[in-house]
Amino acid sequence: MAEVEETLKRIQSQKGVQGIIVVNSEGIPIKSTVDNSTTMQYAGLMHNLIMKARGTVRDIDPQNDLTFLRIRSKKNEIMVAPDKDYFLIVIQNPTE
Amino acid sequence: MPAKEKLKRKQSISAVRPSKTNIRRRDDDNGIEVGEGADEWTQTRTLLKPPDQLDLTDAELKEEITRILTANNPHAPQNIVRYSFKERAYKQTTVVEQVAVHFSLCGNLIFRDSDEGRRQSIRKSMADGKGIQEFWIKVVKETNNIITKKVKKNPEMCLLGLFRRRISAAAPEEEEEQIRPRPVQERKLTNQFNFSERASQTFNNTVRVGVPLGWWEIYDAYMEELEKLEKSKEKEKQKAPVTKKEDLIRGRKLTSLESEGDDITKMAKAAKIMERMVNQNIFDDIAQDFKYYEDTSDEYRDNMGTLLPLWKFQYEKAKRLAVTALCWNPKYKDLFIVGHGSYDFMKQSRGMLLLYTLKNPSFPEYIFNSESGIMCLDIHVDRPYLIVAGFYDGNVAIYNLKKPVDSQPGYKSSAKSGKHSDPVWQVKWQKNDMDNNLNFFSVSSDGRIVSWTLVKNELVHTDIIKLLVEGTTLEGPEGLQLNTIGCGTSFDFHKKIDYLFLVGTEEGKIYKCSKSYSTQFLDIFHAHHMAVDAVSWNPFHGKVFISCSSDWTVKIWDHTIKTPMFIYDLNSAVGDVAWAPYSSTVFAAVTTDGRAHVFDLSINKYEPICNQPVVAKKRNKITHIQFNAIYPIIIIGDERGHVTCLKLSPNLRKMPKEKKGQEVQKGPEVEIAKLDKLLNLVREPVKIKAES
Repeated sequence: MAEVEETLKRIQSQKGVQGIIVVNSEGIPIKSTVDNSTTMQYAGLMHNLIMKARGTVRDIDPQNDLTFLRIRSKKNEIMVAPDKDYFLIVIQNPTE
Repeated sequence: MPAKEKLKRKQSISAVRPSKTNIRRRDDDNGIEVGEGADEWTQTRTLLKPPDQLDLTDAELKEEITRILTANNPHAPQNIVRYSFKERAYKQTTVVEQVAVHFSLCGNLIFRDSDEGRRQSIRKSMADGKGIQEFWIKVVKETNNIITKKVKKNPEMCLLGLFRRRISAAAPEEEEEQIRPRPVQERKLTNQFNFSERASQTFNNTVRVGVPLGWWEIYDAYMEELEKLEKSKEKEKQKAPVTKKEDLIRGRKLTSLESEGDDITKMAKAAKIMERMVNQNIFDDIAQDFKYYEDTSDEYRDNMGTLLPLWKFQYEKAKRLAVTALCWNPKYKDLFIVGHGSYDFMKQSRGMLLLYTLKNPSFPEYIFNSESGIMCLDIHVDRPYLIVAGFYDGNVAIYNLKKPVDSQPGYKSSAKSGKHSDPVWQVKWQKNDMDNNLNFFSVSSDGRIVSWTLVKNELVHTDIIKLLVEGTTLEGPEGLQLNTIGCGTSFDFHKKIDYLFLVGTEEGKIYKCSKSYSTQFLDIFHAHHMAVDAVSWNPFHGKVFISCSSDWTVKIWDHTIKTPMFIYDLNSAVGDVAWAPYSSTVFAAVTTDGRAHVFDLSINKYEPICNQPVVAKKRNKITHIQFNAIYPIIIIGDERGHVTCLKLSPNLRKMPKEKKGQEVQKGPEVEIAKLDKLLNLVREPVKIKAES
């Protein structure tokens, strides 16, 4: 527990990291470092996207699985690490 | 009286009826015929005078007959008796029906706006459905007209003529088809008694809400089923009921604990990946350099090369601890171990064992703390999760990365089990012994070289050799035999010959020893004037080894010859030396003045091809250096706990030039030949000297 918390803390302190959101498998945010509305928005949208992406990967090969998803956008980079029960979403501005 | 009553009643009826019609009229015509209604009133009055009505005189008419209207029915019987079973007698009932019906009539008139009225009007209109037929005929005719006009204009469209004929032929049929089913449809009325509400109906073709079923879901379901089957089989195998119960209890406890503990712990892996990715974004330029940058200016540098600094690894808690050992993981090429301690005799404190990966330069992967400073490390080649460490207090310990328990080593020696009495300067894993037990060697400045074997979770020690300096010749003036002990500071095992190994000592001597002779040395080299900091066999050439010392020199030896082949003076105490894994002639040395020296004997036998300061601060000493097995990078540790990763420029890892028409030779034979060729240049004069 403490280890993961520490890791999250370290990630938050890294350069350019704008926010961390932990979402459970139902798409409900459990932990977040950004404001409520943004959290809800990211959680809902990314949950859909991740489910779709995972479905795609696993449909092609059911023994395969999605391990990471990164979306590079003009303003920032959205990274999602899906675990069995949770998704970890980090928003980072890599050029900062 | 009765007659009068009748008349009165009739009058009242007549008064009511016209008023009813009046109301209806008003509803229809909105009160236009109010005046007419007044006429009607008078008319009905005259009409309703029956012939048998009594003619009364004015006086009789004027006579007042007072009637009191009551709610009681005057015709209702007042003397009804019923048998009461309770009292067993007939009793008069007081409750009598008082309602009197004077008039009732069932009409067959229906409101036009009511449901029934509307339905009837539709039925009526359907009965004369000729209007629709007429409409269809009209449509067909019109289209005919248009088509014929067009055909006249354009004779090529005569095909349309055919089409037209088809249409006109089909038209009457269509009419009938259109008309017939409609009355049938209309006649079908909803059955009010057998009507079920929409909400209570079930769907015929239900659409699944949510994600459509994918192949992988089916696959998962099957896998789960398979697991269950296997589990049930295992359970059957478990015969003892006692153990079963225990298992069950344990299982319950575990699940309850898991559900209690916050779920985020399960995310450890995701969090780790995320940290690496965030770091990759931050150090993107360095990662690019590591992978792709080749210093193009090397071409104009006349065989000289450079070192490009990449990542810098540091950990807050290891800031003041010197890097005392560096070691790459043999399996995971991006992972390396750093041992922290202190070389200063006066400032001994705690130690630290850190594992870094190139993928995450900002934080170590594993952290182990120790009470005493770590002096040396080694990783098992076949089991890359086993790390052996030697401590300043003379202990040795094995860390198991698979089962890290509170940052403590898995196995540790103690004062009882034959630990060294001085700092352990080097440890090395060996091949498993005859019983397939893990074992390693350690060398310490107490002069012992000890073999440690891991037998059933216990470290068993065996002294292999004692570094005795034969005092009889030098230090025994009165026949006293003073056995001074040589302080071992480093050793290395031969890559091919299993029993052969070298030991460097604080006195500057190098002993060539065998594991099987515990009292004798195979050879003694009077190598240096100060402590030998490192000895290392060449990875390709079985006869050649290298040594470095605090006396500022690096020497290359042939173990069959007592004098060094090459000597290099680096103008500062040499902390460490390492052969490159890719060439037999390349080695690198680090000196305490913060410089790294890279030599390639095949290019320059006298000077380093790279001599570069690699730590920024002046007082910072470099302690260790290691080459990566596959990537062209080195890691350098310094006294302040930093580890720097540097990339070798192309000139520093130059391979023999490709000649046209000739295949590029590779492999250990080529490397041996390359070094041999160089050594022969040096050997011959020695031999000549020896002969003369």
